[in-house]
Amino acid sequence: MERHLREKARWVWRETLRVHRRAPETRLASSLSAVEIFVALYYGGVLRFDPAEPLAAERDRCIISKGHGSICMYPILADLGFFPRIELERVCQAGGILGGIPDPVIPGYETVNGSLGHGLGVATGIALGLKGRNSDRSVFVVTGDGELHEGANWEAIMFASHHQLDRLNLVVDNNGVSMLGHTDDIVAHDSLPDRLQAFGWECHEVDGHDVVSVREALLAMKAQVAGKPKALIAHTRKGNGVPGLEDEDLCHVMNPKPELIDRLLGEES
Amino acid sequence: MTVKTLASDPSSTGGRGEVMSGQTVTPRPIAMRDAFLERVWRAMADDGDIYFTCADFGSPVLDRIRGQFPDRFANVGIAEQNLINVSAGLAVEGFKVFAYAIAPFITMRCFEQIRVNLALLSKVRSVNVNLIGVGAGYSYVVSGPTHQCYEDLTVMRALPNVAIYSPADHVAAAALFDPCLANTGPKYLRLDAQVLPVVYESEPPDLEHGFNVHRQDGKVCLVATGYMLHTALKVADQFAASGRPLGVIDLFDLSGFDARALSQRLARYAGIVTLEEGFRGRGGLDAMMFDLHARQRPGARMLNIGVEGDYRFELGTRDQLHEQVGIGLQAATRSLDRFMQTLST
Repeated sequence: MERHLREKARWVWRETLRVHRRAPETRLASSLSAVEIFVALYYGGVLRFDPAEPLAAERDRCIISKGHGSICMYPILADLGFFPRIELERVCQAGGILGGIPDPVIPGYETVNGSLGHGLGVATGIALGLKGRNSDRSVFVVTGDGELHEGANWEAIMFASHHQLDRLNLVVDNNGVSMLGHTDDIVAHDSLPDRLQAFGWECHEVDGHDVVSVREALLAMKAQVAGKPKALIAHTRKGNGVPGLEDEDLCHVMNPKPELIDRLLGEES
Repeated sequence: MTVKTLASDPSSTGGRGEVMSGQTVTPRPIAMRDAFLERVWRAMADDGDIYFTCADFGSPVLDRIRGQFPDRFANVGIAEQNLINVSAGLAVEGFKVFAYAIAPFITMRCFEQIRVNLALLSKVRSVNVNLIGVGAGYSYVVSGPTHQCYEDLTVMRALPNVAIYSPADHVAAAALFDPCLANTGPKYLRLDAQVLPVVYESEPPDLEHGFNVHRQDGKVCLVATGYMLHTALKVADQFAASGRPLGVIDLFDLSGFDARALSQRLARYAGIVTLEEGFRGRGGLDAMMFDLHARQRPGARMLNIGVEGDYRFELGTRDQLHEQVGIGLQAATRSLDRFMQTLST
């Protein structure tokens, strides 16, 4: 499993670069920080899902709130059979389903996520609904740290702990950079775990690029059902693995040159 | 969970006409919200898929809902953004959701949540969320412009797939529960905060066509929604007493009304007058009728009676406030007099 996960993570990283090479309108840096999170969720046995029936009642719900920062989901969903791989060849093209920002017309996406700060609130409502139906399905929601600036998140964070939504799992891709720079320099999330714990959440941290550790943390989080919503802060690097992009102030809107992408892919193969 | 209830309000029960000795008795006026919530409360007993959410806003009937169905009731607190988001999440899990708050807050505080998680999401997922907003127009008379609501029709009708209902009395409000429950998709129901006289004494409004004809004669027809139907009826009675009858139409289904039937109905009049408790010329009822009319009958004349100017902080009765902004009985009468003179020249 460990080797499999690491190979998948590498493959998804490469495929994400390829998608971006073909469709430079896509946001690369914020997708590369989330690769291991999504690989662990989808290949690590964390989520229950059925590509043949993406909205099957028995699935775990995964709300991908970070919108354009989840282009790495395109190769994952294609690989798992949610839609034909040919779609990866026509990202952002007329007639395709994969846009610069994912929409829920894509099999595997649950909700609308282009506008940031919506996923956690909707996921909270989903968790409340599942609890009302006595379901044991889990709800995962993946956000960036920048989008936690949106106040609606904190309305949901208060609500979820009050209602003891203990099958709600928040994963923060804590890459530390939003569009105009480092979040520490914009509006700092000092001690995010302390803040979430103060709001009544169980909170853990992990190296978000160690896919094996991420998987272990996700499984432990999912298994803990004890009256509290849970959060995992995954410490990541925006633009991970791309020289000149990684952790740069403006990496959100930077596109590496095609030659650099070709060189990186060539070194890998 | 024990629920401390609001002071019990005897006027909050009943609502529909009771048949006694073979005669229909005019229903006692009650608050629109209680008539509507009474329907929700009754349906919740049989339909386990109905979920009620609110943003820290109550009513006597709501006390029954939260007391009897605590597992399908959630007060999100003073947090309208989360009200919409939680309601959207419940809806995609198959619940029929009634979300309840003060009208300007449930439409404008959380507009982008409505746009993204109700209007947009409903294009790909089943989203039956009914936004129940209390406080149409000036109905929170002394609370000032934060609680008054003169822009909601404009902003909500910008969303092309959100249904908008604007009843004129509690009978119409209660009747609108049926389409709210049955139809998927997001909806907005704007309710008056005051107890209004009963218009639909003998039968509920015509849900199929979305409008009701209350007066037919004359050269000019008044098209009103919500509270302004009552003003329109008073204006029409005054004009009829002086030998100038006017048509009066209640347009309560502002998104789904039968445009062809309404156009046909209006074709007999030389002039059309819209009356709304919202800013004039800002995309509300006047714009809707202008749009309908420009396409169907470009020759007909139109007068739009709506709130003149912008925000005001004056105190007064609802009638006084209405006169100040040009939509009171006297102001409307003056405008209509001038309009009818232009028609006859």
